[in-house]
Amino acid sequence: MNGPAAPAGARASERRSRANAFAAAVRRDFPALQQEVNGKPLIYLDNAASTQKPDAVIDAIAHYYRHDHANVHRGIHELARRATEAYEGARRKVARFLGAADAAEVIWTRGTTEAINLVASGWSHTFLGEGDEIVLSTQEHHSNLVPWQLAAARAGARLRYLELDGEGRLRLDQLPGLLSPRTRMVALSHVSNALGTVNPVAEIAEQVHAAGALLLVDGAQGAPHLPVDVTALGCDFYAVSGHKMCGPTGIGALWGRRELLDRMEPYQGGGEMISVVERDHSTWAEVPHKFEAGTPNVAGAVGMGTAADYLTGIGHAALAGHERTVLEYALDRLATVKGIRLFGPPAAERCGVVSFLLDHAHAHDVATILDAEGVAVRAGHHCAQLVMKHFGVPATSRASFYLYNDTEDVDRLVEGLDRVNAIFG
Amino acid sequence: MTQIALSSLYQQLILEHYRKPRNKGRLPAPTVVVHMNNPVCGDDIQLHLAVDAEQRVTAATFLGHGCSISQASVSMMTVRLKGKTLDEAMALADRFTEMMHGSREAARDRALGELRALQGVSKFPVRIKCALLGFDALQEAAKRVRAASAASESDGG
Repeated sequence: MNGPAAPAGARASERRSRANAFAAAVRRDFPALQQEVNGKPLIYLDNAASTQKPDAVIDAIAHYYRHDHANVHRGIHELARRATEAYEGARRKVARFLGAADAAEVIWTRGTTEAINLVASGWSHTFLGEGDEIVLSTQEHHSNLVPWQLAAARAGARLRYLELDGEGRLRLDQLPGLLSPRTRMVALSHVSNALGTVNPVAEIAEQVHAAGALLLVDGAQGAPHLPVDVTALGCDFYAVSGHKMCGPTGIGALWGRRELLDRMEPYQGGGEMISVVERDHSTWAEVPHKFEAGTPNVAGAVGMGTAADYLTGIGHAALAGHERTVLEYALDRLATVKGIRLFGPPAAERCGVVSFLLDHAHAHDVATILDAEGVAVRAGHHCAQLVMKHFGVPATSRASFYLYNDTEDVDRLVEGLDRVNAIFG
Repeated sequence: MTQIALSSLYQQLILEHYRKPRNKGRLPAPTVVVHMNNPVCGDDIQLHLAVDAEQRVTAATFLGHGCSISQASVSMMTVRLKGKTLDEAMALADRFTEMMHGSREAARDRALGELRALQGVSKFPVRIKCALLGFDALQEAAKRVRAASAASESDGG
């Protein structure tokens, strides 16, 4: 705070040139971003669906298969030792990334979807009964809705919904009225995949715990973009996917509080998850192994652990700041596009996701024309049909940013939308 | 995908049907109504057909929403269906499907009428489903009408 403040415009343009230098440096780590698509340099704006992979992650997976692969926790030989060390080492990396005090609280899954299903199945088996209540929101991705519908149907429990306001924020004023002595679980996203809304998890956790219930956070869009400390957030479960944070597909993790995990039933039965097997019953291994039946995705774990270290190396604060700069620029520029309707809250309350519609062109046509310009966006309901219903639209186009995107990518997006308007306007 | 492919996709005739769809609305007394949606993109149509005793389509309309390709395709299809027997309608659906799968010979077939404007879609594999949504509904509708008439014949015999 030395000297007089620079004019707002100058500060913003400095921030933008710093952001573009940051993204240019990061992009060198991502081989998939060095290509042309349909004769144009690729502008990848579909990061909320899946992110691209840095060399570090690709190389770590290749190195594992070239040198260290064997089954884990079973062999006495050298490769089994190395594979086990790589697998458990990756668990410690993801635990650190999420701020977990104990790596045993991190369970490997196929992704966020399986992590939520694990809780909806294993926790509900013991702790959800007839007449109990689960609170969800209409902001949720289908992966944080359908597992609870299945669990509620099995138990005879009831689902209750927190609604959204006109800008896609959770109506937290409704929360006290929804929490009751029968509430057992509240399951909410950290960040909305369709709108980018960042939800105040810590504040929600306090209210949920005061009502005697548990809080599961779908962190698929949270941990890749925001600094996450599960202890500070105060939630009871936190679910993440590797592929949305520069890691491979087919791997993710569930963090859960140890005393809850200890009391939950296994999710699947098989090798690895048992202690003693008799003819008609078995006893379970300790967590996390109790929840990891069968030969796990060791290479996936290695890749996700490397991705966590990669992001930590860049720095979560730097990453979030960069995304904010690109997002603010995108919201300003997109607002100038003819006939555009933007969904979601102001930049200060969201991550780098922008859902929009054009007056005269359907989201699908927008995506096809942008693709011809080398710009990759998603069109559709984004696995969030309740969000689409809330806004009364069947589908939106969605541009979502990550650490390698810059303001020039936004310019290309805007030019592409002008092209759409030239065809459809 | 080239820019030429993009301009062949969004031909004026397609945009015109998208902006001003033909035969949009309900039929007062449809023989069959089929609802089809594409859960991936949210495209959604309801096809209404009136079919007479000779299995001839006397009227075809649709309701729903979706992208320009799905809406133009079903709009053009309803225009083409009127007066056709179910057999002829199925032949039209087969011909259109062949064109979508890249058959140049099908794309020259005058029987397709305005639907030939959609031949550019064949170069956009992810959009073929959009163009076929109306024809999927048509095939389901024909199946139901035939099943109902077979059932009533066996009742009568």
